[in-house]
Amino acid sequence: MNKEILKKSQSLIGLFILCLLLSLLSDKFLTGTNLWNVLRQISVNVCISVGMTLVIITSGIDLSVGSVLAFSSALGVGLLKNGVEFGSFDTFMGFTVLGSIMITLLVGLALGLFNGWVITKFSLPPFVATLAMLTMARGLTMLYTKGIPISNLGSSFEFIGSGWFLGIPVPVWISTFVVLIVLFITKKTTFGRHIYAIGGNERAALLSGVNVSNVKWLVYGISGVMASIGGILVSSRLNSAQPNAGTSYELDSIAAVVIGGTSLSGGLGTITGTVIGAVIIGVLNNGLVLLNVSPFWQQVVKGLVILLAVIIDQKSKRK
Amino acid sequence: MLEAINISKSFPGVKALDGVSMRFQPGKVTAILGENGAGKSTLLKILSGVYIDFDGEILICGEAKKFSKITDSQEAGIAIIHQELNLIADLNITENLFLGNEITNDWGVLESKKMEKLATEQMSKVGLDYSPKTKIKNLKIGEQQLVEIAKSLLFDANIIFMDEPTSALSDKEIDKLHLIINTLRNEGKIIVYISHKMDELFKIADRYEVLRDGVSIGSGELKDISEQELIKMMVGREVLKKTKAVKRIDQNVLLSVRNLSLLDSGRNKNRLQNINLNLKKGEILGVFGLMGAGRTELLESLFGLNSDKISGEIQIDGTSLNLKSPKNAIEKGIAFLTEDRKSEGLVLEMDIGKNISLTTLAEFDLLRPKNENAEAELYVKSLNIKTPTIHTLCQNLSGGNQQKVVLAKWLSTEPKILLMDEPTRGIDINAKNEIYKLIEKLASEGLSIIVASSEIPELLAISDRILVMADGKISGEFSAEEATEEKLLKAAIG
Repeated sequence: MNKEILKKSQSLIGLFILCLLLSLLSDKFLTGTNLWNVLRQISVNVCISVGMTLVIITSGIDLSVGSVLAFSSALGVGLLKNGVEFGSFDTFMGFTVLGSIMITLLVGLALGLFNGWVITKFSLPPFVATLAMLTMARGLTMLYTKGIPISNLGSSFEFIGSGWFLGIPVPVWISTFVVLIVLFITKKTTFGRHIYAIGGNERAALLSGVNVSNVKWLVYGISGVMASIGGILVSSRLNSAQPNAGTSYELDSIAAVVIGGTSLSGGLGTITGTVIGAVIIGVLNNGLVLLNVSPFWQQVVKGLVILLAVIIDQKSKRK
Repeated sequence: MLEAINISKSFPGVKALDGVSMRFQPGKVTAILGENGAGKSTLLKILSGVYIDFDGEILICGEAKKFSKITDSQEAGIAIIHQELNLIADLNITENLFLGNEITNDWGVLESKKMEKLATEQMSKVGLDYSPKTKIKNLKIGEQQLVEIAKSLLFDANIIFMDEPTSALSDKEIDKLHLIINTLRNEGKIIVYISHKMDELFKIADRYEVLRDGVSIGSGELKDISEQELIKMMVGREVLKKTKAVKRIDQNVLLSVRNLSLLDSGRNKNRLQNINLNLKKGEILGVFGLMGAGRTELLESLFGLNSDKISGEIQIDGTSLNLKSPKNAIEKGIAFLTEDRKSEGLVLEMDIGKNISLTTLAEFDLLRPKNENAEAELYVKSLNIKTPTIHTLCQNLSGGNQQKVVLAKWLSTEPKILLMDEPTRGIDINAKNEIYKLIEKLASEGLSIIVASSEIPELLAISDRILVMADGKISGEFSAEEATEEKLLKAAIG
């Protein structure tokens, strides 16, 4: 039990040191505007990473999150802006903000479930299956948007990404809500237990009567939904759905999961760890910008931090 | 001459070899015989440098040898052909033959032509007529075995160990193998042959060495001894034996299996062939068989695994079951304690309580930690699982306690039928006896149990009735009274 606490606090201590350093190096870091800004930016990665954590605990991976984010949000936003025209019936169907959000979530769910179906039905390695979805969903996005951003989506949609509620940015509310739900799933439901069991020993889980295929299916579905929530946050923040939105987001989210102490070989990992991991990456990005570090060096530093975090994590596990 | 002098080796809780001495002469084929657990494979591992920590001496041509790694024994001229072949399926014959010992020129570039030429020479020695560029996966198992032998010849091995070399071979391939062994013998090599198949041994081997419980029991020329006498030497020990089936057995048949067959798509042969059996309520049915006889396959088939390759009928209480998955089987009241608790039985990084509840949690539901903990506490107490708390991770438990956790997780499903595959493999003698007592107790409470095992004494100690399997078929059935080690072994050897 003590070891658990120590392990969890490891990344927290890292985050604390990082914040301390940044506040010493830059007087802009520790201001209310900046901190809220950081949290708002992090929200997208938090949502995606939380879904990714579930996938990685089953010892899978989801490389398609960035593209799923782009396609699901482009589709939802496109319907919000242009509606659907049924030429032959001479009718027009418009979409409310809520309707477009529902469409986005459903598309995310469908793409995720498709990943899960391919992986369980044809026993494909998740890496390959979701890599294929990465290009397919990006291609679909380009086809749908014809490569042109869909912009000016109206103020009520923009509120989701840019608004404030009770003094806190709306995206922070949303991501917190998402985290709480997934936290509940992993800690309090049999489905969550089965996710861990499959990652720990898939064969034993199967022989114990766990419906391994169903669980995996659903986990990829959830990951798709999380990506589409990220898509809503991104497009509403920019008031525009960009065809290349979410490019390489899978890397930041895998990084957050790994920094958070989840094992890529499955069976071990926590949602809280991932949230801390996502915050570390967000703070790091923000700090490096504040310090005027060149974007190219930012990438190098981020890579080094990932290495360091995982090395420390491995060492403490081996003990 | 290869001599093993006074070899002893202990593992925690077990003395695997106790002062074993053996001599292997050039130009002779020596057979090592013994039951499972007699110490054959331990001896093999010592002679080949896998285990470096043991008492005793190994002499080759009178010279003491100390192996500190496997390559040391290779350099001393020892080659081992294992039951599971160590070839890489996607590499070709030449690449496999020279793996780790590739011939290169001064620049470090592979000399493929030279190696292929050498490979072709070796292939002809073992009678394999393939291009040296043929991939291993395109060869039959028997041919792959010949490649292994060629590999050992390539490095001038003078001492060749073969561990159950014919278990996967057809009769024709066995003949071919024996022809090659004869040639090698005539060249003056030392050949050590481990097999359960008596008729083969009498055909091919000159001498025998019998091991039992880690001790040398006897050795000599095979022409001076009969099969009966050999079997007696292998078993001959006081056996704790169940005297008769206990009254607890209900006369009603609970499980009935009719013409169960399991197709093996890889080999053109059924892995199970027309199995018929009945299991009564409260009965402990033992299933004995040597390696590859189909014990595990039988239990797996009864548990809903391989459901697409099975034909035949499985009934419980007269109703046909159509088992599609383990989940199905569990719902029908069947539980399956697998052979390998680490890879199939437990999620090692989860704690005891979570492992026990894994079989009973609904697919979508809230967890009920209070119930889970209460259930776990109950089993920790009733099965006497030695652990500080129910939250101890299973990876930190001893083998015997791990096995009890697996048992607990199955008992919590309240099964009618418990299938057990090698229930006491790798656990110490005290834990073994405890498990035997538990099995007896469960049966007396009305549970029907099938125990598959490769250890005859175990089956004699607990079974009411014993089925013997050989080559995917049932080759014998004995009541508790009539079963003896000799009879079971004889039926299993077929």
